[in-house]
Amino acid sequence: MTVRRVMGIETELGITSDQVDAQGRPLTPMLLSGQVVQAYAAGAHAGAALPTGSGWDYADETPLRDARGYEMARALADRSQLTDVEDPTIANTVLANGARFYVDHAHPEYSSPEVTSPTEAVRYDRAGEQVALAAARTLAGRGQQVRLYKNNVDGKGASYGTHENYLVPRTVPFERIARDLIPFLVARPVIAGAGRVGLGQTSERPGFQLSQRADYLEAEVGLETTLRRPIINTRDEPHATPHLWRRLHVIVGDATMADVTTLLAVGSLSAVLRLLETDPGAVPDVTLRAPVAAAQVISHDPTLRATVETLDGRHLTGLDLLEAHLEAVEEAAVGGHEGWVLDEETRLVLGRWRTVLDALRVDPASCAAQVEWVAKLSLLERFRDRAGAAWDDPRVQAMDIQWHDLDPARGLALRLRAAGQLERLVDDAAIAAAVAEPPADTRAWFRGEVVRRFGTDVRAASWDSVVLLDERGRVRRVQLPEPTSATREQTAALLDRHTRTASLLTELVSEDV
Amino acid sequence: MSEQQKFTSRRDDAAPEPEPAVPPAAPQAQHAERDAALDSLLDEIDGVLETNAQEFVHNFVQKGGQ
Repeated sequence: MTVRRVMGIETELGITSDQVDAQGRPLTPMLLSGQVVQAYAAGAHAGAALPTGSGWDYADETPLRDARGYEMARALADRSQLTDVEDPTIANTVLANGARFYVDHAHPEYSSPEVTSPTEAVRYDRAGEQVALAAARTLAGRGQQVRLYKNNVDGKGASYGTHENYLVPRTVPFERIARDLIPFLVARPVIAGAGRVGLGQTSERPGFQLSQRADYLEAEVGLETTLRRPIINTRDEPHATPHLWRRLHVIVGDATMADVTTLLAVGSLSAVLRLLETDPGAVPDVTLRAPVAAAQVISHDPTLRATVETLDGRHLTGLDLLEAHLEAVEEAAVGGHEGWVLDEETRLVLGRWRTVLDALRVDPASCAAQVEWVAKLSLLERFRDRAGAAWDDPRVQAMDIQWHDLDPARGLALRLRAAGQLERLVDDAAIAAAVAEPPADTRAWFRGEVVRRFGTDVRAASWDSVVLLDERGRVRRVQLPEPTSATREQTAALLDRHTRTASLLTELVSEDV
Repeated sequence: MSEQQKFTSRRDDAAPEPEPAVPPAAPQAQHAERDAALDSLLDEIDGVLETNAQEFVHNFVQKGGQ
């Protein structure tokens, strides 16, 4: 077993601005989000991003010619005009690192490229922070102020998502995934929460909780992501060969800025998934009596002592639930169960999970450099002591928001990170590299390199296709159905042979990447 | 192992350990260093929070997303 698998993290960012239109009204968040995405493409160096007039290729299933792709090509021709109009509905770009940066609902969203390990997921998630920051700085240079927040709630009822994606073999029954993951996901904020001031969807009760999202969960299993949000999302959109793969879409997690927290979030889930794939009988047999309520009970108790009831009458804390899952994973990994390899990445994740879980049981405050909700709570408690402030004091609420500001001069998490108080797993150079270069070992490499080398000839792209213009002006699609194909190893020589998409396309058809 | 034990007992055998980049400081020293860092950050933001917090929180309104 290994915790390695194809995965990625999508983050919708909170956005505010003091900009107003000609009538003095605040600009809409849709327009502001469009500004951010367009500013990144405009401000980045050549080859760093597709022009925002190019399209996202939605027609996953239709080969070669694509009506939408063709329309997008027309749109591209009018790019300068569109930029003037700043129509935010088309603000979409694909980056040289293989990520997508676009407007989703009323938020800028960074969807990381496909990576194959939790550490890489951390690195490309941090790269997303830099992309957003670069966009805000470009706007600031034009006198357009925009602030971006890597959080998931406004404290007044609105929530926006951080979604994790995990590639899972189609052979694993979905019902099994749903049943086995619910208790784990209910408890995961203990090691993976970002912390939140206020209890309830509109912060109607004062207090502090572990998770940004717990109070917005309303169902156990469902298709929705914007209302009646479920613990397990059933969207079946694999973005990969459908009969081989499903994409588990996890919508309950928090946006995180502490490296170890991000690592634990995706690493622990990937480990439990692997257990489910290789030895389903070893997954802890626990069914919660009321999972949605349990998620809130666990989130609302920073002492970690609150218990939730199982169907067979046991009362377990979040730590107990995570302990059971970690023990099962350790047993399989350390015990060398069939199909499990204790590689470096697996050692890192399981080791960190064990250390953090043991430390949380003894003294949660000792995890302030690793677990984000603990880090936030430590800072807020220190402030409350000094100022005599209650949990509903506006200064405490302001700090909760300010924690997530992506401007390193203002963001409290970033300030603590810079002061060495949030442990780092990836340094600035590695993050900068992740902004510029795609992961080498997935199809994101081909996507990102095509953007970098042939950007002006790319009409559209998606997770599993790239739509290119050939020399006769025809639009042709290259399909990328396998997430671990079209890697650097497989396509670097091919791309090096061609300086124009026309000749590249000739070879691609025969090679069928 | 019974179900009950499974959720209450702890493992004895070795789990993989992380290799910390720096040797961990003694807990006391760690706490003191952390408090100093928190205080230094709080000293810097105190004035700003005092004047703007209410309006800032009031104006932080987002549209729901996914």
